[in-house]
Amino acid sequence: MKPILDFIVDVLSQPAILVALIAFIGLIMQKKSATDITSGTIKTILGFLVLSAGANVVTQSLEPFGKIFQHAFGVQGVVPNNEAIISIALEQYGTTAALIMVFGMIVNIIIARITNLKYIFLTGHHTFYMAAFLAILLSVGNITGTLTVIVGAIILGLIMAILPALAHPTMKQITGNNQVALGHFGTISYWAAGEVGKLFKGKSKSTEEINFPKGLSFLRESTISISLTMTLLYFVAALFAGPTYVHSEISNGQNFIVFSLIQGVTFAAGVFIILTGVRLILAEIVPAFKGISEKLVPNTKPALDCPIVFPYAQNAVLIGFFVSFIVGVIGMFILFLFGGVVILPGVVAHFFLGATAGVFGNARGGIKGAVAGSALNGLLITFLPLLFLPFLGDLGGAATTFSDTDFLVVGIVFGNIAKFLGLIGIIILILVVAVLAIILQKRTNEKEAKE
Amino acid sequence: MKILVVCGHGLGSSFMVEMNAQEALKNINASSDIKVEHSDVMSASPDMADLFICGRDLEENTKNLGDVIVLDNILDKEELQQKLKDKLSELNIL
Repeated sequence: MKPILDFIVDVLSQPAILVALIAFIGLIMQKKSATDITSGTIKTILGFLVLSAGANVVTQSLEPFGKIFQHAFGVQGVVPNNEAIISIALEQYGTTAALIMVFGMIVNIIIARITNLKYIFLTGHHTFYMAAFLAILLSVGNITGTLTVIVGAIILGLIMAILPALAHPTMKQITGNNQVALGHFGTISYWAAGEVGKLFKGKSKSTEEINFPKGLSFLRESTISISLTMTLLYFVAALFAGPTYVHSEISNGQNFIVFSLIQGVTFAAGVFIILTGVRLILAEIVPAFKGISEKLVPNTKPALDCPIVFPYAQNAVLIGFFVSFIVGVIGMFILFLFGGVVILPGVVAHFFLGATAGVFGNARGGIKGAVAGSALNGLLITFLPLLFLPFLGDLGGAATTFSDTDFLVVGIVFGNIAKFLGLIGIIILILVVAVLAIILQKRTNEKEAKE
Repeated sequence: MKILVVCGHGLGSSFMVEMNAQEALKNINASSDIKVEHSDVMSASPDMADLFICGRDLEENTKNLGDVIVLDNILDKEELQQKLKDKLSELNIL
């Protein structure tokens, strides 16, 4: 009996196999052909292994960066990037993360079925990242074992339904219909941008009425913009650390300019590999989730990834990105003055969150709303990571962290509650948030019915 | 035949459009040999697929890919289905 049990434990503690098993079940439930089932299952395992290979590349680039930065400025430099931190975290938390993801999706379906929060969160990579994030957060907060999975899945499923609801009033204004919701874990930034935008209601014309240069569209390709900013950050750090230090201690004699270029682009290469892995992992799971949820809960709104709002206000996208990024750079200098940890501008988050915040701000308050909303996002994603780093445990020492607002806010709120009130506090918080969300949604629905 | 849907990050919106495209292909009774996949716009090259799909915001970035369907509204299933139908008829596949 024991060898069999050991075998089962071995299988379930390998996240690659565990997730493949979930994909396998999903494929069977969709009555796919034997060849589809085989290739789909293998692709999922492959995805996990590709992802961990990417993690090695990212770490290889981040470790020397951390050292050079520390030597140059005497403080810890952190580049927020979801893909980088996730790939590192999965080595330790992979199994828990996989379980939280699957059960979280089930909780999302149950909530959409029994409450008035009729949203199904279909942005698979964010579900996956949030699951890994919750695995870390709860483990560091001493909620361990099976409880990590249960509590994690409930929190995940809850925010998968609540956050799209929070963004939805402005979302309806942007898209002009009530068909789709926004499912992206930067929602608190978007909601805030919409609220700030209301201050300029009717006082500012829309961003789409101005002419804006089109030549910057290559920055839309995230791997290019990561390469550019990371090379620049590397170069500045190496310059301040002094070429002698870099040559003797880090680069093994290689010229520091060449070293900065190669390492900066290596980071982007790592993120690129990780993205390929994530794509393979989710290729089978998201369609299964979509199919099952459509069958079990009709009349829900799919909550989709943030670029779906970009075509509605393309100038707001560019304005939002630049404003958020510039605020991030200014914030970085302010953090230098204070010492301690410096949050460097993570270009992916400034792009996607800044742009979406710009679109939300524009929908409520035109150009001024777009600028104010994305500036607010820049502030949030630059300063919140500071409050949140302690809750990452050992991973807090890594030169990277989570970058998007909802991770930061969930981390700070649940992290503090877990620390001071323990499990009871978490359960009370979950209940309060759920009840509040249901009541607010009820009010919104009534208001809508009147209109 | 292979269709590749692209977006900036290659994770979220291209994946949604891929699922919609599969549904659309079924609706217009296209051959089941047509494979649909998704990717980020940077790694897409002309040899990766016979036909590409992207949102209007990435029109500039996909100019050199060859046959591209540009969607005005990437969520609009009807627009996607109509454009797929037109394009496949034009290519004599449908």
